[in-house]
Amino acid sequence: MITLILTLLMPAFVLVAGIVLGLLMKGVDRKFAAYFQSRIGPPVLQPFYDMGKLMMKQSIIPENAVTWIFKGAPVTALSSSVLLLIYIVVPYFLYLSGVNHFFLQAGDLIVILYVLAIPTVALVSGGFSSGSPYAAIGAQREVVLLMCVELPLAVTTITFATKMSAVCESCPSFSLTTIASHPVWNTMGPMGILGGMMLLLSFVFIVPAESAKIPFDQGEAETEIAEGLLAEYSGKYLAFIQMADGVKSLALVSLTVILFFPHGFTDLTGLRITGGGYDFTLAADVVLFFVKIFAVYFLLITTVRVIMARFKISQAAKILLLTITVVSLSGYMLIYLDTFISAL
Amino acid sequence: MSTRQTYPLHIGPTHPAFKEPVQFNFEIEGERVITCDIEFGYTHRAVEHIARERNFIQILYLLERICGICSVSHPMAYCLAVEQAAEIEVPPRAKYIRTIIGELERLHSHLLWTGVAAHEIGFDTLFLYTWNIREKVLDCLETITGNRINYGILTIGGVRRDITPDLYPVLQETLDYYYDVFERAREIILDNMSIQLRCKNVGILSHENALAYCAVGPTARASGVPRDVRVDYPVNAYPDIEWLKPVSPLDAGREPRGDVYDRMIVRVHEIHQSIDIINFCMENMPEGAVDVEPKATKMISTLKKVQGEGIGRYEAPRGEVSHYDILDNREGPLLMKVKAPTYSNGITWMKMFDNVEIADIPIVIASIDPCVACADRMSFVDSGGRRSIMTSADLHRLSVEKQRRIGK
Repeated sequence: MITLILTLLMPAFVLVAGIVLGLLMKGVDRKFAAYFQSRIGPPVLQPFYDMGKLMMKQSIIPENAVTWIFKGAPVTALSSSVLLLIYIVVPYFLYLSGVNHFFLQAGDLIVILYVLAIPTVALVSGGFSSGSPYAAIGAQREVVLLMCVELPLAVTTITFATKMSAVCESCPSFSLTTIASHPVWNTMGPMGILGGMMLLLSFVFIVPAESAKIPFDQGEAETEIAEGLLAEYSGKYLAFIQMADGVKSLALVSLTVILFFPHGFTDLTGLRITGGGYDFTLAADVVLFFVKIFAVYFLLITTVRVIMARFKISQAAKILLLTITVVSLSGYMLIYLDTFISAL
Repeated sequence: MSTRQTYPLHIGPTHPAFKEPVQFNFEIEGERVITCDIEFGYTHRAVEHIARERNFIQILYLLERICGICSVSHPMAYCLAVEQAAEIEVPPRAKYIRTIIGELERLHSHLLWTGVAAHEIGFDTLFLYTWNIREKVLDCLETITGNRINYGILTIGGVRRDITPDLYPVLQETLDYYYDVFERAREIILDNMSIQLRCKNVGILSHENALAYCAVGPTARASGVPRDVRVDYPVNAYPDIEWLKPVSPLDAGREPRGDVYDRMIVRVHEIHQSIDIINFCMENMPEGAVDVEPKATKMISTLKKVQGEGIGRYEAPRGEVSHYDILDNREGPLLMKVKAPTYSNGITWMKMFDNVEIADIPIVIASIDPCVACADRMSFVDSGGRRSIMTSADLHRLSVEKQRRIGK
């Protein structure tokens, strides 16, 4: 019974909570960025006001747009972003709460890699179908970015799978639950920790590139191609895209947290919080998870976008394909060597 | 496919990268610019025509509004032109005050430009940082002249308001502030990795092209042309400043290449030069009157007796601005001609767009610090709203006709 309720309710809950939290994060992000730039900044709830306004506005469809793709893209982007979030977060919380459920086996890194591409592909097709040259340029750039970021991301995935297969032979090695239950830092020597650091460093570039934030916002580049992909979007379609952006950023940050800092409250302190006959450890875990999400969002998205200028698309491709791939590959080598040495 | 596939990209007249309306028509291959065409004429306001309807003093306030940033440079060049025609000698103290106001303007203009350039490459933190420290000089200008942007302080034969000794501490405080922040600002602007990635070897204007296309101001200096009206034809307090020389990228230890980064170096170093000049002026401020004739009506009647012509040249933040005026026993000039720096620099865009990517377009356009409103000379729109292109033969014929008409 509880399985059925969880199966039905968890995704619905994540859908609502993900959108709300994603928009809230956008607000906090803007507030922090404003603080860095010695501005006051908009109210934290500004993204919600924007949504309200956009939902009421008329949506203009360009005359030479391919209407069904143009209209379908924002919805696809939002739904696939939410799917991504569900797929990342739900198994993790099931693991933390100790509920045994088939979803536990679900958080598979390879599927996540594929689902991660869907929102971008949806937006790219929306951009191409909108019939604006700016949007077409933005879409081309976004495709280049998508292809370039795939390689370092794949290397990271494989590193984690290799490590997991060495740590726990009976567990599914690509599963997020396995990674969550065997935090990488706990089982590694100094060389492995260095490798983990390098993977984390590559994520400092991968997360902004996947979520299309400065310095990797070439697809939208306001001053160059006038918001590129989104140039023709307005009204509720733009609102959907903004929600999708919020949810996707949240999903990426959650993925980073689960990959690198999956420690629950009990893992960290060895304690369980109980009171009045109830166990509050799960609540503590949820709070801890939010704190980690905010910290990682702040470090990987807000800070990076505040201290950098936008790269040119050629530079971005070079940095992602060469520098970051090399960084993540050396991370892989170090972790592999570390596992090899400790096995001796 | 053996032939190159190109597509047109129109940027402007309104675009997030532009502060003023101008249109660029590019032919793009992939992300690379192949050809470029510029269309001016979207913000023509017939200032020269309006000026002919006004008297000598009224024109000053009109000219301040040619350009929001060069609101000293245009009246300055105009005053110099009229003073030359009427052989008016400006009192030394007025010359120094003019220099101080002009350099404060240069200071805030260069800070503004740095911010705009940072915004064009998506670096909003630097944009807000430079605009934040720019507030100080605007406050100072407001205390001294009463206004933040259109100061209304110049007049023919001097300045309208003295910088009284009780205002010295305000100026001194501003200078100290900029001496304090300069080193840090220079570091943030010039040593930043992502700025260097975006600005080095982008939008190159070679030394030969800078000479051939008559580039002026920081654009020329960044290409290694030591051209600065303050040094070449000094007016105001500049002849007294012996150490003044045109800024060059060599000051920062970089061989001039004429790329965007060089223009950035030149402007940042000119900020320091401006602070030094203001400091010099404050230390050597002469005593005496600030105006030859405080009454505007009396000045107009003096000028009404004059027949002659004058040319005024002044180094605006963007380069040389020159005004040409003909005085012919009228309450205002018979003819007034404005030549703004963007008029010369705008044409160098064609060379800068060689071999750049779409992403470089905004920063290359911004790199000459364009003032489209200064440069717009005319726009021809027929009754159907269609724009037509005038050839140089057409223009020549029209100017001859006009000269005959007004020469009568």
